[in-house]
Amino acid sequence: MTGADEAPRDRPQSKTELFLTFNALALQGFGGVLAVAQRELVENKRWMTKAEFVEMLALGQVLPGPNVVNIALMFGDRCFGARGAFAALAGMLAVPLVIVLSLTVAYAEFSRIAMISGALRGMGAVAAGLILSTAVKLMGTLRTNQLGLPIAAIVASLTFITIGLLRWPLIWVLFGLGSLAVTLAWRRWK
Amino acid sequence: MTALLHSQLGAADLLGLFGHFLLLSLLAVGGAITTASDMHRYVVDQHHWLVDAQFSASIAIAQAAPGPNVLFVAALGWNVAGPMGALATMTGTLLPSTMLTLYVNRWGLKRRETRGLRSFTTGMTPLTIGLLVATGWLLAVPYVIDGPQRLGALALVAFSIVGMTRTRISPMWLVAVGAVVGALGFV
Repeated sequence: MTGADEAPRDRPQSKTELFLTFNALALQGFGGVLAVAQRELVENKRWMTKAEFVEMLALGQVLPGPNVVNIALMFGDRCFGARGAFAALAGMLAVPLVIVLSLTVAYAEFSRIAMISGALRGMGAVAAGLILSTAVKLMGTLRTNQLGLPIAAIVASLTFITIGLLRWPLIWVLFGLGSLAVTLAWRRWK
Repeated sequence: MTALLHSQLGAADLLGLFGHFLLLSLLAVGGAITTASDMHRYVVDQHHWLVDAQFSASIAIAQAAPGPNVLFVAALGWNVAGPMGALATMTGTLLPSTMLTLYVNRWGLKRRETRGLRSFTTGMTPLTIGLLVATGWLLAVPYVIDGPQRLGALALVAFSIVGMTRTRISPMWLVAVGAVVGALGFV
């Protein structure tokens, strides 16, 4: 698992490859794409390291818009400029959009069947587990974080408590705790 | 039930819908789902274009379907006004945040090695991971804490974490297991 961080990085060869890869990972992303994106981009394709992925995710999270869409845009842009960004974006959205709209049309027909709503709940529980597994994998990057493991772990825990348990608005936490953490980091990077 | 409303939504309403989602786009720090409560206020409470159940179903469907969860915005737009509605809400949601992201990405890439940006990513990384745990938790609560079959749901969540961290199995298969277990009534 740790080997992935030192492995040599590959690059997408073309905008078509970018489109197809993001399309493939979006289509595997039942219940959200982040877990699949991490596995495909970092572990399978090796287009980025774990640290780069979490960096891009950090940036994608403070920017407005869907995190995983922001990652697609940023990565595509870094490879092939604006055309790459839109190739990755289109890959991620086009086919899933058609599927979601078809399901929306079909939903009224099937929502009353108990097995269908049960299946939706089961998929929902797995989707939650997938997000948590992504967090577990990325926790390894805290060990090399310049803040030091104890402080980094405290910041991560406080974020979970304020957002997950206390349900504070995200914007408060990002500005409040975020600026505190960035200030601490500023003092470490001399 | 509200299917009739589709034809009645005029150009002015569509433009209003587009404009509202355009504004929300720049407030959607942490993803479009964070502005869902305000979308609810606009399309359900204020304009009565959708009923509550349609709103919740739009989110549930987008989450179960493959692809980014932001597509719930398209499902909402479709339920409000068909294809034109989906176009209005999707472009409204994506246009401003896409432009900003591309701009910041280029700005940031040039300053990647500067102390300011390194401090920023160093400081924000723990928050990012805490946020992921919080999101996973919030998604799990309806099944693990409030659900009728808490143990089954908990087992599924644990199963998918282990499956993802200890094996190289595709997440698609884990979701398929979830669907089967759920359909059999264990969640």
